[in-house]
Amino acid sequence: MPVRVKVPSVLRTHTGGEGQVDGDGTTVREVLEDLETRYPGIRARLVTGDGALHRFVNVYVNDEDVRYLGSLETEVGDGDVVSILPAVAGG
Amino acid sequence: MRADDILGAVGNTPLVGIQRLSPRPSVRLWAKLEGQNPTGSLKDRIAVAMIEEAERSGDLTPDRTILEPTSGNTGIALALVARRKGYRMLAVLPDNASEERVRLLELYGAEIVSSPADKGTNGAIEVARRLAEDPRYFMPFQYGNPANPRAHYEGTGAEIVRDLPEVTHLVAGLGTGGTLTGAGRRLKEHRPDVVVVAAEPELGDLVYGLRSLDEGFIPPILDESVLDRKLLVSAEDAVRATRELAQREGIFAGISSGAVLHTARRVAEGLDEGDVVCLLADGGWKYLSTRAWTGDLDRAADEVGQTLWW
Repeated sequence: MPVRVKVPSVLRTHTGGEGQVDGDGTTVREVLEDLETRYPGIRARLVTGDGALHRFVNVYVNDEDVRYLGSLETEVGDGDVVSILPAVAGG
Repeated sequence: MRADDILGAVGNTPLVGIQRLSPRPSVRLWAKLEGQNPTGSLKDRIAVAMIEEAERSGDLTPDRTILEPTSGNTGIALALVARRKGYRMLAVLPDNASEERVRLLELYGAEIVSSPADKGTNGAIEVARRLAEDPRYFMPFQYGNPANPRAHYEGTGAEIVRDLPEVTHLVAGLGTGGTLTGAGRRLKEHRPDVVVVAAEPELGDLVYGLRSLDEGFIPPILDESVLDRKLLVSAEDAVRATRELAQREGIFAGISSGAVLHTARRVAEGLDEGDVVCLLADGGWKYLSTRAWTGDLDRAADEVGQTLWW
């Protein structure tokens, strides 16, 4: 499934400066693996050695945080938007 | 309502219907107006709770200065409590905080230390932590202080249960996590099937900065097990909903309240029926200089995106 991926400024060194790139897959994990084939090194910034999402990285599918859905196994559909953001505090 | 002094006027905020903004007639939307607190935000609750707890425990003595990293509201609330109780107060504030926040801190007698805008609230926390090594300072540290969620458990959450026993959903902004953790826990004790939803701002690139993904910060008091959903809200959607609150319900609230309303409507669209409480964290006063209510929406959203609205 083709999806749009929004990339935070801190990761744009991997994408040649692009803030939005195309991705493909049926789950968030597959999309990140697909990105890795074109933007080597990006996956390790987001996923730990154990295959879990890095603690300080938030990933959203259509603005919904995947940690409260199916985490990296969250399904994505045609035209979905996957957003990657660093965790920040407010207050 | 009568109180011995201004600190006694904290909390017990109104819960008002905002049905004109509900996408479905069978889903009732309610707004809890935290802007009605003395300094205009829900942070008055935690400021009083944290300072009075520190006085009881002996951590805060009259010779110590209160120090806190803050995007504004907590610092302003602590400055009021400090003034009222006779403490000195130092706020560490990112230097893109709105002019109104700086003026309010000064008005209550707080001193201000600036931290770099491009490091956001995380940067203010770093600066404050270094300063706090000096024992003359007492740092309540809202991100790690159990009195923060407790104030929302005993206050905010209990008030919602009292005023709306049939509550099905709570939507609030995610900053320190104190509101969602405390009020959410109280609501789930009342009704285990209450759904707790966090609204999170999509901040501008400037605010995210070039932060390494390894130096992120998750507030220690945030209990993620209380949350059922977390939704990201763009500055544009937040500003649009903030305008609608004013235009259709006559409610003058801050930009994060727009983010909460936007999220609540998204939740409501997926429901057959329910009673959804939107926690509107502050009033609109501190955002007037952003022109969030006037002129072109894109420009307003752009402007808000570059300032600190969370």
